[in-house]
Amino acid sequence: MRKQLAAGPYLIWMIGFTVIPLILIVYYGLTDTTGAFTLNNIMAIAEPQRMAALIRSLQLSLICTVICLFLAYPLAMILKNLSRGGKSGLMIFIFILPMWMNFLLRTMAWQVILSRNGLLNTFLNSIGLPSVNLINTNAAIVFGMVYNYLPFMVLPLYNVLVKISNDTIEAAHDLGASWLQTFFRVILPLSVPGIISGITMVFVPALTTFVISDILGGGLILLIGNVIEQEFTFTANWHLGSGLSLILMIFILFSMFLIAKYDKEGNGTAF
Amino acid sequence: MKKIAQFGYLAAIFIFLYAPIAALIILSFNESKYMSSWGGFSLKWYESMLNSDLIMSALQNTLYIAIISSVVATIIGTAACMGINHMKKLPRTIVMGLTNVPMLNADIVTGISLMLCFLAFGITLSMQTVILAHITFNIPYVILSVMPRIKQLEPSTFEAAMDLGASRSYAFVKVVLPDIMPGILSGFLLAFTMSLDDFIITHFTKGAGINTISTLVYAELRKGIKPNLYALSTVLFVSVLILLIIMNLPKREKKVKTVNNKENYT
Repeated sequence: MRKQLAAGPYLIWMIGFTVIPLILIVYYGLTDTTGAFTLNNIMAIAEPQRMAALIRSLQLSLICTVICLFLAYPLAMILKNLSRGGKSGLMIFIFILPMWMNFLLRTMAWQVILSRNGLLNTFLNSIGLPSVNLINTNAAIVFGMVYNYLPFMVLPLYNVLVKISNDTIEAAHDLGASWLQTFFRVILPLSVPGIISGITMVFVPALTTFVISDILGGGLILLIGNVIEQEFTFTANWHLGSGLSLILMIFILFSMFLIAKYDKEGNGTAF
Repeated sequence: MKKIAQFGYLAAIFIFLYAPIAALIILSFNESKYMSSWGGFSLKWYESMLNSDLIMSALQNTLYIAIISSVVATIIGTAACMGINHMKKLPRTIVMGLTNVPMLNADIVTGISLMLCFLAFGITLSMQTVILAHITFNIPYVILSVMPRIKQLEPSTFEAAMDLGASRSYAFVKVVLPDIMPGILSGFLLAFTMSLDDFIITHFTKGAGINTISTLVYAELRKGIKPNLYALSTVLFVSVLILLIIMNLPKREKKVKTVNNKENYT
């Protein structure tokens, strides 16, 4: 009994700084300024500009997630093959090192590259090609998202792939499976938990970001994260902002449910 | 052929990841203010960075918040692991589920909920509220790093120490603590780096006039990039690189292990 008390400070902390704050969001989201129950804050998402921001967020984060998955899967496979020769440690180190750099500065780097007089256009002009206009477009935002969130896809995929025994793969070959058959019938099904947690690890932050769209979209392209952030920092309408956050939480809860369902051992979770 | 394709793919991703960082490093030595022209080698942006009170105080705040929040989170988190380990199955599942909430929740929701909570209870946003918020999101990283070590503990070694006449606290310090130390250290480092890197939660919980590196860069970027930010990026990148190399230097084997830890818990 006494030993369990060691968790006491943590439990008090969690209730004070995680449970109560979340209850407050729900409370503010479902009430108006007089404290009366209302669904207006949630229904406010139907307003055309906000709806457009939500749809744009869903589109861009979906595109980002798909690109990350297709970039990361081959990378994780190659890293797995290298781990057979014991050479993967340094490689993984190299691929996660950029993650240690400040998130804002990493995103700033893309502004430097993509801006109108930026490095990409300077380079294109110097070899006689016309400038491309990428900054303040959806494409720039997707670039920034993929750059920032790619490691969140690589790590869970690598963690499940490296656990697939090479004997399993060789057995499939011995039984006459071609390389493609082995991949689709053996490797891919076994890596589903990693794929699911990779997808949620990339999709949730991409869906809710307001920083990347602010920096690479020049404040012209609003995502749902920007809409919510502005409700809190500019208009100071907590009720409306909380109501809109509740809509985001539906997506977050859905992804938590997916992780719980497919990744029971917690193997694939990047965190 | 397959090897060449693999190498080519690794190289392409490598360029994608490092080209932006390389660009910042090169520009930090550019005499010219404009990124499209090379005006010769210069250290003036480093001088401008060191002379900027804004950048220096933000750097100080960032380190202060990261150190305090990760130390407190490590203590609370490690104690929590001991307690959770002795719980019955049902309460343990509930507590561990709760632990996952700040990690899986979107940062913007965590940030907003903490801000609402502070303001609703009449607490003025300040440096202290940022530290409280950072401790909150740091504890789960400590728990996830320490928990596997605690599960591997052999209870009989602790009992053996007691049988041999050690007091409870002596046995804990001499037997249990060394076993779980690697988990505590990697949890601490993870919490420290998460705190250093955080922007969104700090953005919502900070008081007016207080900046960390992240919030300062955000505010500056809205006015346009100043070249001394390139110098700051270079300094931060090089210090992280040196820190990681020192941490991984002693043994080759150990390097793989640390990297694996990062992999599992990041």
